[in-house]
Amino acid sequence: MALVLLVVAFCTFVVFYLVPSDPALLACGKPCTPENLALAREFMGFDEPWWQQFVTFLTGIFTGRTFGTGATAIHCAAPCFGYSFQQNADVLELIGARLPVTFSLAVGSAVLWVVVGVAVGVYAALHKDTWFDRAALAGSVIGVSAPVYLVGLLGILVLGFQLDVVPVGNYTEFSEDPVRWAWGLVLPWCVLAFAHGAHYVKLTRTQMLETMSEDYIRTARAKGVPERAVVGKHALRNVLLPVVTLTGIEFGALLGGAVITERVFSLPGLGGLLIDAVHSRDLPTLLGCTLFAGFLVVVANAVVDLSYGVLDPRARLT
Amino acid sequence: MSTPVARSVPAAIRSVLARDRWALAGTVTVVVIGLVAIFADVLTAIEGHDPYTYDSTALDPATGLPAGVLGGVSGEHWFGVEPLTGRDLFAIVVHGARTSFLIGLAATLVSIGLGVLIGAAAGYLGGWVDRVITWSADVFLGFPYLVFMIALGAVVPVEFPRALLLIVVIGFFGWPSTARIVRAQVLTLKERNFVKAARTLGASPWQVFRAELLPNLWGPVLVMATLSVPGKVGLEAALSFLGVGVLPPTPSWGRSISSAIEWVAVDPAYLLFPGLALFAVTWGFNALGDGLRDALDPRLGAKR
Repeated sequence: MALVLLVVAFCTFVVFYLVPSDPALLACGKPCTPENLALAREFMGFDEPWWQQFVTFLTGIFTGRTFGTGATAIHCAAPCFGYSFQQNADVLELIGARLPVTFSLAVGSAVLWVVVGVAVGVYAALHKDTWFDRAALAGSVIGVSAPVYLVGLLGILVLGFQLDVVPVGNYTEFSEDPVRWAWGLVLPWCVLAFAHGAHYVKLTRTQMLETMSEDYIRTARAKGVPERAVVGKHALRNVLLPVVTLTGIEFGALLGGAVITERVFSLPGLGGLLIDAVHSRDLPTLLGCTLFAGFLVVVANAVVDLSYGVLDPRARLT
Repeated sequence: MSTPVARSVPAAIRSVLARDRWALAGTVTVVVIGLVAIFADVLTAIEGHDPYTYDSTALDPATGLPAGVLGGVSGEHWFGVEPLTGRDLFAIVVHGARTSFLIGLAATLVSIGLGVLIGAAAGYLGGWVDRVITWSADVFLGFPYLVFMIALGAVVPVEFPRALLLIVVIGFFGWPSTARIVRAQVLTLKERNFVKAARTLGASPWQVFRAELLPNLWGPVLVMATLSVPGKVGLEAALSFLGVGVLPPTPSWGRSISSAIEWVAVDPAYLLFPGLALFAVTWGFNALGDGLRDALDPRLGAKR
């Protein structure tokens, strides 16, 4: 797990620091004299060879870093994931300030799409070839094929502007007003849930159809277990295994997807931070965001592995 | 269950198209938009506009909005014009198809090519090669590639050709999923008698790959390729949407959709045409891929 993160950090670092772009030149201002440039490089630690910068970066995570000396020195406390000289802020603090928005978006829509996706998939499988099943399949085909930003824009257009039933483009802190927080996020949640939930409908339906033809389901029915318990206790547990795997993979990758969704709904989350950093060539922030995204993926995978044990006794560690 | 490919690839494609109406509709969609991409210059010549020329006469001078209904749709401008610039939207969408297809198909070639070679090496050679490859694939699947690609867009110099960068990066990050499936296929193929016979006769790994493994991999590879094109097309559109894809003025559906955000309340037609084009391509490849998968490899279908 730590090894994966180290590889991600290393690759990102190498790519970002080997391409010809000089953060010191951007920070040095105009006109940039060679002395000022050298001073800026030394201050930021860009005068060292790249491998040494990588080691400094890694040790900074555990011990913190201090840039420069004397009165102008900037201290970045441990765990230090870099310091953005353009925004004059600790990268971790920048991420922390934006995280609640992205987190609200991700968790809310994930809950929605897993619950609705699985429910629709199960119901469609149990009522195969009815109108509901066909409608669910058709809807999931659209959901899989339509890009999330397209659905989002159509949602804004129809529900936000034409019908004017949901608010567009304002975010309220949860601590400030939970009701307005949820109301402002309703549209983004539904849009993300529609785009992602489509996969879950397909997956759950296929899995459920397969499971319901297994021998143990027939046995359960034969010994007189009520149908509700057959589905709820015997079938659903097996259906949930691949669903959990998919959720883990998607949740880890959601940060990437959130970048797009946040742009559509103009939410001030991590995506905005990343895009701003791209436009201002803020390398430390870019590096920090990439590492943080890698961290999320790794954590999501670990949670999936642990939840196998809960769902499937065969996967339990002895 | 011993043969991974139920029947020959051309026969399977024919039977899919004859039987499965959705797959047929998907194929027709893909072929039509593919032809549009190939003959983009001819089509725009017939219409009489290119995607680069500004034309303020097609705009309402007071608002900068297209003059006329539905974003200025007329015999002159078939899909209307872009707000503020007056560039012809039909030409932009048609040339955008070229961008999407070029990057989507080339990136798929890169990722499938890499995936097949790497996956076959892991499955056939086994041992430490297999362990290293399986481990690398795990790392790659845990890599936050979209965030990384966005960040990469910022640091790569403008002089580097963007289309090439997108093809290489999108293609490169696609290999692990292909490699996993190919590895599993090769593991079963390896134990079949014709492969054992070839090995006993002294065929090198490369010869076995070319003559024995590859012909049996075409089915699943074709399914994977078809199903991965929409993801790649979508990724190009998403990156262009975020402003780190192909650079202006090269037409791209993603960038058009992105600029349409600011106009969606007053000029929804500007969103509609590039959006529909993107949806059609994604849906077409998905429908064709699903049909092929059902026909060529039922086991792949059960997994997803």
